[in-house]
Amino acid sequence: MAAEEGQQHPLTIYWYMWIALFVLSGFSYATDFMDPGYLRWTLIVTLMMLKASGIIFIFMHMGCERRALKLAILVPPVFICVLIWLMAIEADHTYLTRIEFFGESTMVPEAVHHD
Amino acid sequence: MSEAAVTDSGELLAEGGKGFVQDCSADRQAFHVPWGKAMMWIFLLSDTFIFSCFLVSYMKVRMSTTDPWPYPSEVFGLDVAGVSVPLLLIAIMTFILITSSGTMALAVNMGYRKDKKKTFWLMVATAALGASFVGMQAFEWTKLIMEGVRPWGNPFGAAQFGSSFFMITGFHGMHVTAGVIYLLVVANRVRTGFYERRGDNYEIVEIAGLYWHFVDLVWVFIFAFFYLW
Repeated sequence: MAAEEGQQHPLTIYWYMWIALFVLSGFSYATDFMDPGYLRWTLIVTLMMLKASGIIFIFMHMGCERRALKLAILVPPVFICVLIWLMAIEADHTYLTRIEFFGESTMVPEAVHHD
Repeated sequence: MSEAAVTDSGELLAEGGKGFVQDCSADRQAFHVPWGKAMMWIFLLSDTFIFSCFLVSYMKVRMSTTDPWPYPSEVFGLDVAGVSVPLLLIAIMTFILITSSGTMALAVNMGYRKDKKKTFWLMVATAALGASFVGMQAFEWTKLIMEGVRPWGNPFGAAQFGSSFFMITGFHGMHVTAGVIYLLVVANRVRTGFYERRGDNYEIVEIAGLYWHFVDLVWVFIFAFFYLW
């Protein structure tokens, strides 16, 4: 039962996870100083997935759950990839249609000032 | 009419409302966890889809706009002593939320050790960190609104930036606010011994913890896709 499950974790694992999240978030923040490009995007996604799995498996104890619950909760979100794929196709189409009918953007953004 | 349904052991099942209740409460179990925990996980799964829809629609508008996208690093930067530090407030908010996840994990552990006092104070600390997160978000919103960011346009680039920003962070902030209230209610019941009297074994602390960690989890994705991308 859940009562014993909670006690299987000694406190140290939470401290380690906490420190790991801090370090990983620090790295995430550091990517903001990189130039946009595939290296930066890969790092952002990798660090994001590492942090997410740490939270799910250690903090939310998903690692200790039975497989029935693991599969029921973790498999459905995978199908979001299909939505991402479909919307990416749609977005490309919209972009090209806009270029075709309205031409390139003439917008000149203002510089950002913080007072 | 269909033939009357029978159980494996040959008993006749009731029809209508009584049958519905019998079916739903049948003595079969797929998830061997307390029911509240299973339901919280399923709720979080549905919430995952809601936030995914927001983030995917954000991807869609950002990919399809011909106007330049505002550079989040500058838009969310803060001036500290005349030097512009990119994403400063967002970074602080991220670390606050991670810290609150840490205190929540400790609270769950203390709950299972039946340490009422520590559980209560760790949950209050979690709620306080959550409340300060919402406060900073309110500050962030105010700053952006004063600088002219609106759901229908902004001076820094593509109009879709504002609607994505207010929608995604607003919905997340609402979750944090609800979480703070939820945590305080549960913490108070821990303090008064409500769960002890019911013999609940403090599972509810873990269930509230699941919700709280999920809020942190969603922030990890928002931070990566909205602020860093």
